[in-house]
Amino acid sequence: MITGTPKPIEEIMAMVEPYDNIIVAGCFGCVTVCRVGGDKEVQVLASTLRLAREAQGKKIEIREVCLERQCDPEYLEVMRPYVEDHQAVLSIACGAGIQFLAEKFTITPVLPGINTGFLGVTERQGEWAERCQGCGDCVLHLTGGICPVTRCAKSIFHGPCGGSVSGKCEVSKDVACGWQLIIDRLKALDQMENYGKLKPYKGWDSSRDGGPRRIIREDMI
Amino acid sequence: MLPCTGRIDESLLLKAFENGADGVMVIGCLEGDCHYVNGNIRARARVQRVYTILGQINIGPDRVRMYNLSAGEGAKFAAFANEFVEKIEELGPSPVNVSRAAAHQKSSQEVEQ
Repeated sequence: MITGTPKPIEEIMAMVEPYDNIIVAGCFGCVTVCRVGGDKEVQVLASTLRLAREAQGKKIEIREVCLERQCDPEYLEVMRPYVEDHQAVLSIACGAGIQFLAEKFTITPVLPGINTGFLGVTERQGEWAERCQGCGDCVLHLTGGICPVTRCAKSIFHGPCGGSVSGKCEVSKDVACGWQLIIDRLKALDQMENYGKLKPYKGWDSSRDGGPRRIIREDMI
Repeated sequence: MLPCTGRIDESLLLKAFENGADGVMVIGCLEGDCHYVNGNIRARARVQRVYTILGQINIGPDRVRMYNLSAGEGAKFAAFANEFVEKIEELGPSPVNVSRAAAHQKSSQEVEQ
């Protein structure tokens, strides 16, 4: 899922300061699962903003809405009948949803209520960890299901670097060396022959280096 | 009244303040004694989050508090309720209610004029 963290309330308060009639928009997708932008978080944020404003002697009208997904146009259309009745939309979806919302409703300012994180997994309740950087050229079949792009701090493709000590990465003692994980896993799977099958270099043209990416599935258009 | 504090979430507590409460006390079963296993433990975490929110928005964190009691501790319940009410009286009306009262007074004066 796409993960995120709430922005500090002080930062959100500063963003909505010029407005007294806004929409707080959540998303039932990833941000609901990682408990940062779903229906409950919409209610909590809206209540918090109303209370904070009233404590300052000022009022703010807030319409609360949680869309099925903010990254699909048909769900954004739900807001079209009333979005222009409001001065701004505070979205607590991921960065993709926030931007799509801003693209669709061009005359209404759209504000981010969360800091979008990464493509990750829930390791335990309340703890998420990055697993994929969307490089566009997956090699997990060769690396025991462990991504060298994500799990190695340098995203290198040729095994552990000199900073790998006792299975830990030089960036932090709390970070496992991605390549040590890969080698351990390949040994456990008896697939060490895959270690030599990796490409001599990694092409990054399918990753972010080519600018914003687009997927076109002709079979679906 | 809720059958289990596990049903409480942050928005319910904040709504109470929006509806004019100066303080909210949450009373759950004794920890380790929840009929639904960990409802009161979840409530404790949620009350803690609201405590943090109230502090951040200058309402005052001490306006929310959780107590744990068994159903047979009536006298203790009364003592906790009195203790909490005293604390809230000491803190006075919440800034939200102060602001509402001021707005009401202002509009009353405008009507008189």
